[in-house]
Amino acid sequence: MGLFKFLKQKFTKKDEKTEKYREGLSKSRAAFANRLEELGKRYKSVNAEYFEELEEILIGADVGVETTLNLIDNLLSKSKDEGISDPKQINDLLVDEMFVGYVEAGKGIKNDIRFAETGPTVLLMVGANGVGKTTSIAKLAYRYQKQGKKVMLVAGDTFRAGAREQLQIWAERLKTPILVGKQDADPASVAYDGVKKAKEEGIDLCIVDTAGRLQTKSALMAELSKIKRVIGKEVEGAPQETFLVIDATTGQNGISQARAFAEATPLTGIVITKMDGTSKGGIILSIREQIGVPVRFIGLGEKMDDLEEFDLERYLNGLLVGENKDGD
Amino acid sequence: MAFESLSDRFASIFKKIKGESRLTEKNMTEMLREIRIALLEADVNFKVVKSFVKEVEEKALGQDVYASVNPSQMIVKICHDEIKNLLGEENEELKENRNGLTKVMLVGLQGTGKTTTAGKLALYLKDKKKKKVLLCSLDVYRPAAREQLQEIANSLGVAFYTLEGNSNPLDIARRALIKGQTEGFDYVIYDTAGRLQIDQELMKELRDLSAAIHPEETLLLVDAAAGQDAVNVAMTFHNDLKLTGAIMSKLDGDAKGGSALSLKYMTGIPIKFQGVGEKLTDLEPFYPDRMADRILGMGDVVSLVEKAKEAIDEKQAAKEAGRLFEGNFDLEDMLRQMKMVQKIGSIGAIAKLIPGMPKLTDDQKEKAEKEMKSFEAIINSMTPYERKHPEVLKYSQKTRIAKGSGKTNADVNRVLKRFETSKQMMKQMKGMRNGGMSPFGGPFPKF
Repeated sequence: MGLFKFLKQKFTKKDEKTEKYREGLSKSRAAFANRLEELGKRYKSVNAEYFEELEEILIGADVGVETTLNLIDNLLSKSKDEGISDPKQINDLLVDEMFVGYVEAGKGIKNDIRFAETGPTVLLMVGANGVGKTTSIAKLAYRYQKQGKKVMLVAGDTFRAGAREQLQIWAERLKTPILVGKQDADPASVAYDGVKKAKEEGIDLCIVDTAGRLQTKSALMAELSKIKRVIGKEVEGAPQETFLVIDATTGQNGISQARAFAEATPLTGIVITKMDGTSKGGIILSIREQIGVPVRFIGLGEKMDDLEEFDLERYLNGLLVGENKDGD
Repeated sequence: MAFESLSDRFASIFKKIKGESRLTEKNMTEMLREIRIALLEADVNFKVVKSFVKEVEEKALGQDVYASVNPSQMIVKICHDEIKNLLGEENEELKENRNGLTKVMLVGLQGTGKTTTAGKLALYLKDKKKKKVLLCSLDVYRPAAREQLQEIANSLGVAFYTLEGNSNPLDIARRALIKGQTEGFDYVIYDTAGRLQIDQELMKELRDLSAAIHPEETLLLVDAAAGQDAVNVAMTFHNDLKLTGAIMSKLDGDAKGGSALSLKYMTGIPIKFQGVGEKLTDLEPFYPDRMADRILGMGDVVSLVEKAKEAIDEKQAAKEAGRLFEGNFDLEDMLRQMKMVQKIGSIGAIAKLIPGMPKLTDDQKEKAEKEMKSFEAIINSMTPYERKHPEVLKYSQKTRIAKGSGKTNADVNRVLKRFETSKQMMKQMKGMRNGGMSPFGGPFPKF
């Protein structure tokens, strides 16, 4: 069964979460699925121009040049070998090829934070400048507070002006404890103090903020491994989670970011932010394909509860199907 | 499908098409495809890439290829120059209202670097332009955004203005305007809250702000890592606010920044500055030349073509080519060819510039250059008649030439032998139209 059909059958009823994905991905859907559908209607049978337009849709969705060229090549040979000329059939093949592997690989994976049996679970948040680390931390804290967890924040960005104040304001709003280091203090020592405090106070989830850094700055990347090491000294096995935050409006450089951060410090997941503002979702595919780190959370809006646990099927439904005309 | 590295792909294209003196649809196709991919990989918007590449093709069609480069290299250079031209004049300065206060408004998506850039601009105006600057935060949404700009202002010794709590940005902007006008400031820089271009409410807020303060400059912050959607973002901000310019941020990373090209292509607004680091001094004027290199890559090919253009008088080369193929190739021609090659640069440097050129060892390079000098000395010791008719040289004449050039008879014979080989090669190449390919075998590089 094709993926389209599968998704349509699976999400026949409206639920809040599915709707949130549909809403947050409406721009991406317009740029991808709707254009795909429109293309399929415009051509009676596929030809060179058809594949060219298909290529444009994929690249326009930031799927990445290499991935796109591979996909198109495969489709071309399939259409030749099996004599497929129906555009709709080609589109179904494309969608299957793009996503079915991910659905299979993602089966049964829980993206929720995995809590340690004893002691605090430490979550280290890393990423380039301006991707939305601090806001994502606040949203994650809110999420786990609602689940009854004791959450604490550590303001480890001692570099950027106003960064500590920013997290402090969130801590006040959320009424969570927070450890704030001094401006320009060694972030590793701030992280250490924070984790120590979390251990002493019986915190469930300790989220450590770090300064934004471009992946080309080797000294700053090395600092990350130091932070991680120091945290592990205080709490064994910590940080249990290290999330890389990536801005969904990032283009091809997203791959370079993910690769460099993964090299500097082992990542357990990726948080995609600002998904609602962008018209593409291709970056998620490329990162998963090339770096092998799963997307764990996705930012679908600006409200506190708009950072959702990543659900691949809902994501694909939002990206590909949208309003379920058959089910309504 | 495995993808070779860019320079490997170029090398194979360069090998295929050489020795053609004019750009044709056929000899451009493969290279244009590579250029297209390079631009897409640099995050230039696909629509922009499509029409840009088409324009380059039309422009290049029928153009002559410089002597010593091949059509693929030529097209890269044309493309590079087009990008540079599109990106605009260097050092487009910040506007200045000579009758009083100049208002600068910074706008853009969240996290593009508006607040940091506001600080950098303030420092630039204060230190480089000796202006009195007021920094004003209108970001009442992001927690501690105002504190952030205040901290920056304090560290720079620049005046700062905002209102606390749930204030109205419009209100803050107007008050800052009055403060700026009455207290003799030259510039007021407004830092606005980051927003999505699809956020109707916040976009209206920006339009209202713009209508109230009439900024001389409305500058869009663009993250160097921005993807395909950057152009839509820019278009929306431009349609709503009439942008006067843009600033590229985070160019110290390894993102190519292709959105700069999309932005300029679609909106026509100039890019005025670029952010190149986290320190407040890390703001530079925008350099279209460097940006073109960065977006297209292939800087090595571009400088090769530039050098070739500088060094070669094209008319002379054309005349020469004509002569050579008529079969009148003599030692003087060989010497002139050698000098031409020398003018382009040392063999070692040229070999480095050409991707895919078989790597010469340092020894080989040195040997080739030495040999060239020795050839020159020997040919210079001949009479003009001897150079035109080397076949008349007898033992006594060779000895005279060897003496005159400080070489041995064997050296003179080597020159003559090489000349024979070259002459044979020239004959073989006859029929192939050639701009100025070096006819030498042996250690000389073939272009």
